[in-house]
Amino acid sequence: MEPRTITLTVNGRRQATSLMPNTTLLDALRSLGHFDVKNGCEKGDCGACAVLLDGKTVNSCLVLAWQAEGHVITTVAGLGTSENPHPVQRAFVKSGGIQCGYCTPGMIISAVSLLRENPDPSKDDIRHALGGNLCRCTGYTRIFTAVQTAAAEMARE
Amino acid sequence: MMSPEFNLVLPESLPEALAALADHAPDVAPWAGGTNLQVDLRGGSYRVGTVVGLDRVAGLDEIRRENGSVHLGARVTLADVLREPLLKEAGPSLVESAWHFAGAPIRNLATVAGNVAYGSPAGDAVPPLMALGAEVVLESKGGTRAVPMEGFFMHVRKTVRQPDELITALRWPVPPTHSAEAFYKLGLRKGDAISVVCVAVQLVRGEDGGCSQARIALGAVAPIVIRAHEAEIKLVGEALTPSLIGEAAREAAEECSPIGDIRGSAAYRRRMVEVLVSRTVTQAWNELVGV
Repeated sequence: MEPRTITLTVNGRRQATSLMPNTTLLDALRSLGHFDVKNGCEKGDCGACAVLLDGKTVNSCLVLAWQAEGHVITTVAGLGTSENPHPVQRAFVKSGGIQCGYCTPGMIISAVSLLRENPDPSKDDIRHALGGNLCRCTGYTRIFTAVQTAAAEMARE
Repeated sequence: MMSPEFNLVLPESLPEALAALADHAPDVAPWAGGTNLQVDLRGGSYRVGTVVGLDRVAGLDEIRRENGSVHLGARVTLADVLREPLLKEAGPSLVESAWHFAGAPIRNLATVAGNVAYGSPAGDAVPPLMALGAEVVLESKGGTRAVPMEGFFMHVRKTVRQPDELITALRWPVPPTHSAEAFYKLGLRKGDAISVVCVAVQLVRGEDGGCSQARIALGAVAPIVIRAHEAEIKLVGEALTPSLIGEAAREAAEECSPIGDIRGSAAYRRRMVEVLVSRTVTQAWNELVGV
């Protein structure tokens, strides 16, 4: 097993790093300082590590870093800034869709991905889109509200 | 936590991928979506020297109609299945299973072929494919063979695929005009769940108005996904009635051999096979007779 230097494109920035073939994208991102990508179950159940890979939500714990070379990676921090948050980020704050916050990056990634494909989702569509993201605090109610609020605000913008 | 060491090969064409499998067999595993493989590698339940990643192999992501058959390539994900208009007609039960499959981040990675290759009795894409009459296309450097779904699985996680072989496609006949499919997954929650029982059926209605062909596939109630052949025999040749469907459903419950585990007891699974076979057969038949 030999390391290889690869270049990952994360939130619009190219970052070169030397990695072993068995390094997951999750570990690579965190080693590059992207601590907004959370390490939860490491087996694809919880969705805390979700990122957008070429615009599609994936669990970064199930992707090998080498495989992500040449693809566009977006983490929750790449969606907006503190001064100018993404409408979904704003809606999570406004609706109180956050308690401990650990699932929030993955939830927001999944919600953004949903609203890009389906700007006017039903409640079932929202449940379906968030089915791979576990929250152990909130009971999900305010997370649903946040997604609905974001959809309404994005429709107005 | 790191997985045990392995080498990763990322070929760019099918011949390169098959050569890599041949060169490293038997200590080699293909990686399509990786959603099972990575979990097993990281958890330590599986070790392998070389992983052949299929992400850059061109031509494996197609879903197309070809000579009266549906061809679904090895890299087609569950999310692709949900987006493909052709499958709404030519594989509605597979589309239904994809809707209930894991969660969105998994559906974007996990492939239908990988779900088959893994050989789990609870692989939810398998019952629909079996009920559609699918076959598994296996390619190696030495040639190509097609194995019917029923002959592909040997035991839990054991299939007839050889280490140097790759599932390049799944193929099934386009369902005939007077046919209907149905699918039901019983899980402990709607998303992110492993099946307690999973049922897929295909019924064909003959010119005499009776049921001319029936396929019933049962997941998570035997060491492999099985056909309920005795139940199918009960249905064929007749216009289906509730009592006939009930008889067939009881037959299906006899044919399975479930275990009890944290998701449900063996007795519960057997009872649910009866309930769900009755429900899915009724649904498919009602669609055929226009109820």
